[in-house]
Amino acid sequence: MISILKTIWYVFLHTFQKRITVQYPEEKPYLAPRYRGRIILSRDPDGGERCVACYLCAVACPVSCIALQATEDEHGRRYPEFFRINFSRCIYCGYCEEACPTYAIQLTPDFEMGEFHRQNLVYEKDDLLINGPGKYPGYNFWRVAGVQIGGKDKGQAEHEAAPVDVHSLLP
Amino acid sequence: MSMEVTVATVHVDGKSYQMNAEENLLHGCLSAGLNLPYFCWHPALGSVGACRQCAVKQFKDEQDTHGKIVMACMTPAAEGTRIAIHDPETVAFRAAIIEGLMLNHPHDCPVCDEGGECHLQDMTVMTGHDYRRYEFDKRTFRNQNLGPLVNHEMNRCIQCYRCVRYYREYAGGRDLNAFALRNTVFFGREADGVLENEFSGNLVEICPTGVFTDKTLKRHYTRKWDQQFAPSICVHCGLGCNTDVGEHSGTVRRILNRYNHDVNGYFLCDRGRFGYEFVNSDHRIREPLFKGKVVSADTASRQLRDTLTFGKAIGIGSPRASLESNFALRTLVGPERFYSGVADSEAKLVALAIDMLRHGPMRTPTLHEVEACDAVFVLGEDVTNVAPRMALALRQSVRQQPIEIAKALKIPLWMDHGVRDAIQDKKGPLYLATPYATRLDEIATATFHAAPDEIARLGFAVAHALDPQAPSRGDFPLAGEIARALTHARKPLVIAGPSCNSEAIMQAAANVAMAAGAQLMFTAPECNAVGAILMGSNPLSAAFQAVADGEADTLIILENDLYRRAPRADVDALLHATAHVIVLDHLVNPTSEQAELVLPSGTFAESDGTYISCEGRAQRFFQVFVPPIPIQASWRWLGQGAWERLDEVLTAMATALPHLAPARDAAPPATFRMTGAKVPRSPHRSSGRTAVLANINVSEPKPPDDPDSPLAFSMEGASTHPPGALIPFVWSPGWNSIQATNTYQQEIGGPLHGGDPGVRMFESAPSNDQSYFSSIPSAFEQREGEWLLVPMYYIFGSDELSLSAPGIAELATTPHVAVNADDFTEGEEVDVHCGGSTFRVPVCIRPDLPRGVAGLPAGVPPIAGLGLPAWGMIVRIP
Ligand code: SF4
Ligand code: SF4
Ligand code: SF4
Ligand code: SF4
Ligand code: FES
Repeated sequence: MISILKTIWYVFLHTFQKRITVQYPEEKPYLAPRYRGRIILSRDPDGGERCVACYLCAVACPVSCIALQATEDEHGRRYPEFFRINFSRCIYCGYCEEACPTYAIQLTPDFEMGEFHRQNLVYEKDDLLINGPGKYPGYNFWRVAGVQIGGKDKGQAEHEAAPVDVHSLLP
Repeated sequence: MSMEVTVATVHVDGKSYQMNAEENLLHGCLSAGLNLPYFCWHPALGSVGACRQCAVKQFKDEQDTHGKIVMACMTPAAEGTRIAIHDPETVAFRAAIIEGLMLNHPHDCPVCDEGGECHLQDMTVMTGHDYRRYEFDKRTFRNQNLGPLVNHEMNRCIQCYRCVRYYREYAGGRDLNAFALRNTVFFGREADGVLENEFSGNLVEICPTGVFTDKTLKRHYTRKWDQQFAPSICVHCGLGCNTDVGEHSGTVRRILNRYNHDVNGYFLCDRGRFGYEFVNSDHRIREPLFKGKVVSADTASRQLRDTLTFGKAIGIGSPRASLESNFALRTLVGPERFYSGVADSEAKLVALAIDMLRHGPMRTPTLHEVEACDAVFVLGEDVTNVAPRMALALRQSVRQQPIEIAKALKIPLWMDHGVRDAIQDKKGPLYLATPYATRLDEIATATFHAAPDEIARLGFAVAHALDPQAPSRGDFPLAGEIARALTHARKPLVIAGPSCNSEAIMQAAANVAMAAGAQLMFTAPECNAVGAILMGSNPLSAAFQAVADGEADTLIILENDLYRRAPRADVDALLHATAHVIVLDHLVNPTSEQAELVLPSGTFAESDGTYISCEGRAQRFFQVFVPPIPIQASWRWLGQGAWERLDEVLTAMATALPHLAPARDAAPPATFRMTGAKVPRSPHRSSGRTAVLANINVSEPKPPDDPDSPLAFSMEGASTHPPGALIPFVWSPGWNSIQATNTYQQEIGGPLHGGDPGVRMFESAPSNDQSYFSSIPSAFEQREGEWLLVPMYYIFGSDELSLSAPGIAELATTPHVAVNADDFTEGEEVDVHCGGSTFRVPVCIRPDLPRGVAGLPAGVPPIAGLGLPAWGMIVRIP
């Protein structure tokens, strides 16, 4: 009997406690930027597509839910012809982001991806590509890489000397 | 390898290993399965000690604790040698070397086609160099456009010199070299331009970095780990080189060399490596067509059945279709109604070659054995353009006699530049008798450019000089010299073939081989020409006759464009006179365009089957991927439900044609399992499985079954190395590049574990009553106003299928007529009249052609089908 009354008393006391239930969806919780939610593809500071279609995210993905096909523009800049993530398989582990050498693929603090049809969870590049650099401002892979692309000749990347004149025999 | 190998006990890190005493320590360590990084050494190229990456510590004896650092690739594996790989000082040394090689290396891996199969990546991981300390400017180079096949990205070079050693010293190329000096050494051509050597594609595998990569792969790039592979056989000539075919999402992405110690070793020719793109061609037949309209597979099958039930059908086979497909057609129409797919004259010559090799005393060597032959006489064959990989073998054979100099000086044979310095540019005997100058002329001891009959007469004269019993007509000063060279050789070899369409040449070659006790090798015109002839069939002309006589009104043509087999007018008449023409093929061609019913047949990448090479080696190729539904193997279309699986066809064939029974054992049957599982076609890191088809349906389909082979369309399965015939790709822990081949061999550079793929169908029978051939043609005489038109072969252009590969097509020869005459000018248009056809082509002046002889590019439409050599006229246009 005592214990029942005790319980009722505690329940009553709880009425005056601070509420921790969040009134989702009217009220949104705070999620840290490093939260691993919906995946996006970002752009470099110059507005170009960051992804260079290296397939590293795809191979790192433990559930194999990333597929893409590499292609190149007429100046040799490589990019994905298509880029597809099957979010109905994704386990949001973030391995793809960790593997990505260009900061292109990033997980974001958005988890609101509920769908009635699984098919709607298949995202193409159009659905993934955002208009900014995301969490990592400043980095542009092509400024570091040795490959020549439109607007960046050999020797114009960071820490590059001018191309060697192979016909010169000067010591 | 061979039995006489001397074995040495070598102590590595305190453990004893048995190593080949005639080799170096790097070879020995790798053969023993030890991981030792290296760059400049290659099993086919030997050692030069250029990169310093293979350092180990060598100790004088058990008491020596100090030791000294030596290069494993430059140190003999002598008895009692003591070395350490894991000694701290050596480990640090190797890490320093790779750090040095990486100073200028670009930050390219994500966009480098070598990535994921890069020897430099593997070696960097193996040495543990993982952090960049160098912060100064990197050296850069401009790239060159090397043509449509090989890509150049020079920044990635680590100056190991493998490329130029392979290209210049092994393959005989001249237009690739090292330029500039000190830390700016550049590997490329003097200026942009197509690489001239026919074996340039091997640079892709020889270069341990991403400097040279496959340009055709680059156009539809996907990583090695994402490709689905299957072991295959090259379809672009009769040599039967072994290939690995990589596919992704229904397109073939590239061809890699598949090591077969007996056949192609480490190298392919460019036609074989880059010809695959025909599989992805827009000209593919992808749906069944009935009277020009697309019909379903069921309708097409029913139509085939109905036509057969009501019509009088005959079948024409194909030298480029598998044994199984030819057999299926033969079974469907009945052996007496099955006709050969090649012109009678060619069929006769291939049959003659088979007959000689089966019953004659002459043995046919493997391609690998050709490299060890020390005197070679070639009759009538433009080897580089007809059987390209054999030309690379001949470039090694001319080194055999000079190598004796190095042996006498006690220079180990793996000490590559020691050997090369000792022999300088001395060449062993190679005699070439061909109608026109060939690429091998530059290494030949002497050449003889003459009309086919003259080549045969030279052959007979050589046989006579070797053995007076052998008949001869005419006097050839060169004959005595050739005879002497063959007599003094340890392993003489005679090479001939059907290229000149001359029985006399092949008989002369047999006489020479018999008289000299030499080995004899015949080229074969197509990938399964030998198999198709071995199967037996009526001559092609009889098929034409049967239709003309009204004995047949239905024609089933298997993977064959008849316009390449007979003159245009004859084929027109045949197809016109036949009520029902049924064609099974891969690509739209003039024959398929006239068929009532066209069935899409699977290429080498989409079907399984067996080819028999010119060596008589039956080899199996396996389906790489499952093509879209209507496309299937010709033998499936033609089987009409009589059999479901490849093994059933093979069993039926072995019963019906017992002499072909050994072909069944070219590879293990479909029931073969390793550790209870099938062999996976995809690497275990294969990605994108749950996304690649998700745009069509988010529920991924079950991987297709493969009832025909022990391979699975999957990344799952046996994780051990499969037997030779079933190796889809090479990979070993720590070895992602093609250098992983090392781990599949019994000894580096030796046979594969479990033996090399393929079954030799004929070994020579010792017979002592072999009599000489004696029908010697009379001397060639020029004719007034007429030319003897001979076929001229082109590695890019003469092969039917590779012409539909864009890279090859770009380099292919165009129709022309080659003459050696002062009354024509280069490039002028003329009319060539031959066998009732006339075509207008430009003139190409070739001073190497004999007078009275003109050349036409073989196999190039509209010239294909003419039946050369033939007399014709070349008329100037007024
Ligand atoms: S890892 Fe990054 S750059 Fe590479 S394919 Fe994925 S998103 Fe693109
Ligand atoms: S050559 Fe190898 S290490 Fe260099 S960029 Fe290419 S993949 Fe990376
Ligand atoms: S191009 Fe390749 S093979 Fe040639 S030296 Fe450089 S790294 Fe070596
Ligand atoms: S030599 Fe012949 S079989 Fe070998 S790769 Fe070249 S075309 Fe193919
Ligand atoms: S592999 Fe031994 S020095 Fe290069």
